[in-house]
Amino acid sequence: MDVTTIRLVGGTGGLLVLASIAGLILKWRFPGPTVDNLNARIRAWWFMVAIFAAALLTGGVGSVLLFGFTSFWALREFITLTPTRRGDHRTLFWAFFVITPLQYYLVAIQWYGLFSILIPVYAFLFVPIRNAIEGDCERFLERTAKIQWGLMVCVYCVSYAPALLALDIPGFAGRQANLLFFLVLVTQMSDVLQYVFGKTLGRHKIAPHVSPNKTWEGFIGGVLAATALGTGLWWATPFSPLQAAGMSLSICLMGFGGGLTMSAIKRDRGVKDYGSLIEGHGGVMDRIDSICFAAPVFFHLTRFYFT
Amino acid sequence: MIATLVTGAVRFLSGASVRWLGCRPEPGKRVYFANHTSNFDGVVLWAALTPSLRAVTRPVAAQDYWTATAIRRFLAARVFKAVLIERKHVTVSHNPLEPILAALDAGSSLIIFPEGGRNPGPDAGEFKSGLFHIGKKRPDVDLVPVYIDNMNRIMPKGEVLPVPLLSCITFGTPTRVGPSEPRPAFLARARDAVNALRQA
Repeated sequence: MDVTTIRLVGGTGGLLVLASIAGLILKWRFPGPTVDNLNARIRAWWFMVAIFAAALLTGGVGSVLLFGFTSFWALREFITLTPTRRGDHRTLFWAFFVITPLQYYLVAIQWYGLFSILIPVYAFLFVPIRNAIEGDCERFLERTAKIQWGLMVCVYCVSYAPALLALDIPGFAGRQANLLFFLVLVTQMSDVLQYVFGKTLGRHKIAPHVSPNKTWEGFIGGVLAATALGTGLWWATPFSPLQAAGMSLSICLMGFGGGLTMSAIKRDRGVKDYGSLIEGHGGVMDRIDSICFAAPVFFHLTRFYFT
Repeated sequence: MIATLVTGAVRFLSGASVRWLGCRPEPGKRVYFANHTSNFDGVVLWAALTPSLRAVTRPVAAQDYWTATAIRRFLAARVFKAVLIERKHVTVSHNPLEPILAALDAGSSLIIFPEGGRNPGPDAGEFKSGLFHIGKKRPDVDLVPVYIDNMNRIMPKGEVLPVPLLSCITFGTPTRVGPSEPRPAFLARARDAVNALRQA
């Protein structure tokens, strides 16, 4: 196993043990929702390390399966939240049981040419055709667009994360898992640091109607700190420090945009509906909204400049 | 073994989150009554119960549907231990109430869908009088309203393949038939209790 990979795993594992202990102490000394939220995020980080370990130990198949299942679950949440009609039923069956598995199969066999167009071209055209055959014209465009959007965000965009493992970068063979780790770590840390800066320094709200917790102070502080962290990991990537900074910045900005967009959708649908339907499950979509938007851009920037 | 597999598969496909708002998953003779939108409703509600409750709770189901194929017959008899009732040719000798009361007297709890058939949803429609008669004849049984959310989208009437959205099952406050409560008033109250859980 590559030495940079071992350092990444070891360093993150050590930090996580420290964070988990700190979380336990905080829960004991200052019990409350803020600490619970922090501990939930620490658990999400453990999950992230598990993905990375699975990628290493199974030669990539494990992470494709994990992200595939994450997509499946996110699509469930997305469509549950989105009103569809009876006429959409069979199209949805295709979306869940044919298009989603096929997309991840293409990622697994590393067929870039088809994986990158399956949903934007073929599913895009198939969904309205299947809906039209069903014959329900009421709000047709709206219903079709919702299914297309769900597939794009929950399946297509997320599948770019495990697709990083297939990138053929000169001099970087066998270490692509580091790229996946880099992406997930920077998005997650950006989320956490924006939250921390927002809680401590936040004054000026960015979009109060969409997401009342997002402030300029949290955004700038979080993005800068996460970019610095990503830059500090340049040695594990094919990037120079400056390139790692640029990549981290683009990941943070796209991740922020993803969080904001998914908040707008939840706000439009009424957050209450969502919470009651998935109570006890925790929202997968809430956890991965930033990766959805960051992964495709990170993939294509890396592919364009480094392969 | 098969029951565990079926329960697991049903829980995964229905993605059900379960909320006990008006009562706890405790033993005791109960009739769970719920809105009915999908052929999966009985199984989903049954799978939402805790294992110890599941062991003593039997869904009441339509004989014609559950004896139509060998698989359904096996599931109804061996897995869910369904109480099968005649709903097409109700006569004095085929009174659907009799097997229901017999099952209660034998110590089982029951799951029933008082609308008598599937409704497109989301709100429950008119209740038939069965629930009233059960409550009247067995006044010591707790009648528990249950709202099953989103099953009309997961497996609507007339479809054979499910779409795996997330559903939610909400258990409300147990009720009984009042001593002098007229039938229409009780049935309306029971239906409102189910529908109220949708927003709860």
